[in-house]
Amino acid sequence: MNDPQPAVAGRRAPAAAPGARWPAGGAAPQASAAGGDLHAERVSRLIGGRLVLDGVTVTPRPGETVGLLGPNGSGKSTLLRLLAGVLAPSSGVVTLDGRPLGRTTRRAVARRVASVEQNVHTQTELTVRDVVALGRVPHRRSWTPMSAADLGAVTAALERTGLTGRADQSWHTLSGGERQRAQIARALAQEPSELLLDEPTNHLDIQHQLDLLELVTGLPVTTVIALHDLNLAAMYCDRLLMLRDGRAVAEGTPSEVLAPSLIEEVYGVRAEVTPGPGYPVIRFLRRGAGPPVRYAASDRPAEAGTGAAD
Amino acid sequence: MRGARLALLASGGLVVLAVSVAVTVTVGPADIGTADVWRSVSARLGLGDSPLPPLREGIVWNLRMPRTLLAAVCGAGLALCGAVMQSLLRNPLADPFVLGVSSGASTGAVAVIVLGWGGGVVSLSAGAFVGAVLSFGMVVLLAQSLGASMDRVVLSGVAAMQLFSALTSFIVLTSADAETTRGVLFWLLGSLSGAGWADVVLCAAVLAGVLAVCLAHTTTLDAFAFGEEAAANLGVRVARARLLLLTATALLTAALVSAAGAIGFVGLVLPHAARTVTGSSHTRLLPVTALSGAVFLVWVDTVARTVLEPQEIPVGVVTSLIGVPAFVAVLYRARRKT
Repeated sequence: MNDPQPAVAGRRAPAAAPGARWPAGGAAPQASAAGGDLHAERVSRLIGGRLVLDGVTVTPRPGETVGLLGPNGSGKSTLLRLLAGVLAPSSGVVTLDGRPLGRTTRRAVARRVASVEQNVHTQTELTVRDVVALGRVPHRRSWTPMSAADLGAVTAALERTGLTGRADQSWHTLSGGERQRAQIARALAQEPSELLLDEPTNHLDIQHQLDLLELVTGLPVTTVIALHDLNLAAMYCDRLLMLRDGRAVAEGTPSEVLAPSLIEEVYGVRAEVTPGPGYPVIRFLRRGAGPPVRYAASDRPAEAGTGAAD
Repeated sequence: MRGARLALLASGGLVVLAVSVAVTVTVGPADIGTADVWRSVSARLGLGDSPLPPLREGIVWNLRMPRTLLAAVCGAGLALCGAVMQSLLRNPLADPFVLGVSSGASTGAVAVIVLGWGGGVVSLSAGAFVGAVLSFGMVVLLAQSLGASMDRVVLSGVAAMQLFSALTSFIVLTSADAETTRGVLFWLLGSLSGAGWADVVLCAAVLAGVLAVCLAHTTTLDAFAFGEEAAANLGVRVARARLLLLTATALLTAALVSAAGAIGFVGLVLPHAARTVTGSSHTRLLPVTALSGAVFLVWVDTVARTVLEPQEIPVGVVTSLIGVPAFVAVLYRARRKT
């Protein structure tokens, strides 16, 4: 693996990284501190008259990685936007340290909660360092130069994501995987306690998918991550929340949530789940395999293949 | 370290601007040297007697000086507005006129000159300003009702631009005689020939205010690089920042267009040129853009009023003659990048 930062042993135990909020030498905070984190309680959201999210609750414990699963359009991205506070819930409440996001300034939220969005792009000519330095925006005032703390956070974030060597390169010259790492570095430069990622492994090859999730889950932050790939979710998440049509249909550890019956119910595909090396392994089955699923002749599209009349 | 470099760049720019103003004021049909100009200026500032005869003194103080200073203010303001628009709308082709401000101003001006609205009490500048504000108001309302995303703002601007340009053409073609048409055309193309001290003071005051607003939002503008959602995630109150910055730049553009017409291309090309020097950080980009715009327009206006002496070319024509090749170069660069 060419991950410049060796995978941290025991990914639940945060390494004392530069920029970490936790006191040096302190143990990973446990779920003890009441309200010391980001919670969504029974949040719903209407978009264009449609209920995209319907009474979903997420309460990540400090330091853990929560995976959001569900088919396209099930509300994963909307939930992440509500958690980031860039979208307000139609009902329910998102709280940070027990305080509703709506009553916290955007700036204060951005110092605690960092988001990595899907497929971001820019026309602006920016170096990788410029992109990472954007993470300092919530910490800076306009018209002031970067402080030593700002520069330190940027350097640490570049280091952590293995982009130090590329810092002065144009962002446009980066590969897809490097761009994702640059966005994560930008998020780390915010020095957040909570990190939200929306399908960060999209369009990456398998090596980069694993590298990226290894990096993310090794970070000393609470992470909520929307994922498409059930196996990656099983490998890297402490807990999973399965969404369907905006509703939470299952919540728990990967082995609790990833049952063949639930996968079939939510995704409409058949799968076998076997206990793997510490996490469940999912194998999807072809439609034709096993007990045959036959189309009735009348269900077949007329123009399909043969063109022969029945 | 970076702050020191910026201070050096900014003070260097100010020196270049001061020298440019001092030199270009001496250029023109009446033979007046730099020393004469300085004597005249120092006399005005109460530092000794003016040795110049009143006529030549008047040429320096009442014609060339306000005109040169208005060129500097317009150049700085248009370039600044262009840089802010391009960043805010995330569109490298945005310029200060993209929100219909100049088209609205032209309709207002034509309504005053040709149709005689305001009964002679309202000046051309005031008419233009009212038209510009009306047009911008229409764009904001339309964009808000369409969902206020940046592409809706741009599309609303395009709609307003088309509507007011058509109105202007309609009024000119149906109501104006040949002489008035010529005057209107000269103004539409952008010209500093009518500059007086009142224009300079008003525009400089608006420029100072808007520049302060923009400089207070440099990191906010940086945060827009990856779009509005990304800016919101970085703690920017997007709707508020967008409305504030669009309104400030529209106000400045309206003031400048009212005084000097729609001088094109300064606001489109200068920010791109400045970006190649400063990089993307707005803390450096905005001051450098404003200064280079000022120096640029001071020299271009000097060219415009002297090449075809005694005839004068509208400065907007000269900026475009220089601006179009520069614009093509920008497009060419953008093409190679992708």
